[in-house]
Amino acid sequence: MRLPTPHKPAPVRTEQIILFRVSGQLFAVSSASVQEVRGVDSLAGSAKEIALPDLPKVKHCVRRGENSLYVVNAAMHFGLHPAPPALVFVLRRTRTALLIDGIEKMTTMTRLQALPMAFCHEERDWYRGLTALDQAVVPVIKPEGFLTPDQLFSLDASLLPREPEDHSADEDSSSSTELTQ
Amino acid sequence: MTLIADTELQSFVLLRLGDRRFALAAAQIAELVPPSRIFHFPNRTPEIEGVLLRRGRIVPVCDVTEKLIGKTLRSRRFYLIAQRCYGAQTEWIALPVTGDCELINAEMTLSSETDAPHVGGWLSHAGDVIEVLNLAALTPGPGEVLPALAPLEPQEART
Repeated sequence: MRLPTPHKPAPVRTEQIILFRVSGQLFAVSSASVQEVRGVDSLAGSAKEIALPDLPKVKHCVRRGENSLYVVNAAMHFGLHPAPPALVFVLRRTRTALLIDGIEKMTTMTRLQALPMAFCHEERDWYRGLTALDQAVVPVIKPEGFLTPDQLFSLDASLLPREPEDHSADEDSSSSTELTQ
Repeated sequence: MTLIADTELQSFVLLRLGDRRFALAAAQIAELVPPSRIFHFPNRTPEIEGVLLRRGRIVPVCDVTEKLIGKTLRSRRFYLIAQRCYGAQTEWIALPVTGDCELINAEMTLSSETDAPHVGGWLSHAGDVIEVLNLAALTPGPGEVLPALAPLEPQEART
């Protein structure tokens, strides 16, 4: 006689996350999305300054092989009161390095709830969803949501070496003005 | 023989905001819960105050008081959790209320073009004329929702 095989409950799918703080606010990011965690001081020598008036949240970039990584101040991105950041997350498969205050802990989430539809503005690009941990609700960030393609384009353009000003064009135009007169 | 047009009667929940009462179709109501902790996180939807955790679900809290009575009220007695439709998708939304709620049966008069968008109809009850709220006009949501893009069930975490 063959006994029925005992029913095994389906394994709960989990995802490892890092809980971190920005200006006192708790956020989560999938640990698979974080390529590297560095101290802010370690960037000091290699970071190049950027000043785009429309994009104050990015003040530095770091050269990584062929690409430039843009250092985004998370507090400014989320509209929080700025606090001196201590750490940088280099986010995988993005060109973003994120300035944060500190890491709270690593843990696992078993459920990611989609952001409620009532949230209908920029936050839809910021978060993958929300998760409940220890009777608290934590937003789970979307790594690609910090810089839009347009913003990356502007940042890349700002790094291009500027051509020296060509005054010959002015001379040409003045001469053509003379000609037309 | 007298025929009573009971088929026209519908169930409504009356909710109180300050001195005024409003109504929601009872079929839209999930539950009435005591005040609980609201969790805040950065967002750009000012109408949403935060979220609360209820039976494992994360429910956005939308204070509609200012829109309906023109002032904010600090005192809250309950959260009325209602279903809000976004196209083919339905989600819970919590509305803070300042007093007891009451279940009634009444006949609804449909709203007219001159009524505010948040008015779905009118009830006459105990000498009062009461607005039946249209949550889709009262609470925030995307202008158009593509059902194919909107997940019907909460997402599960991916490994």
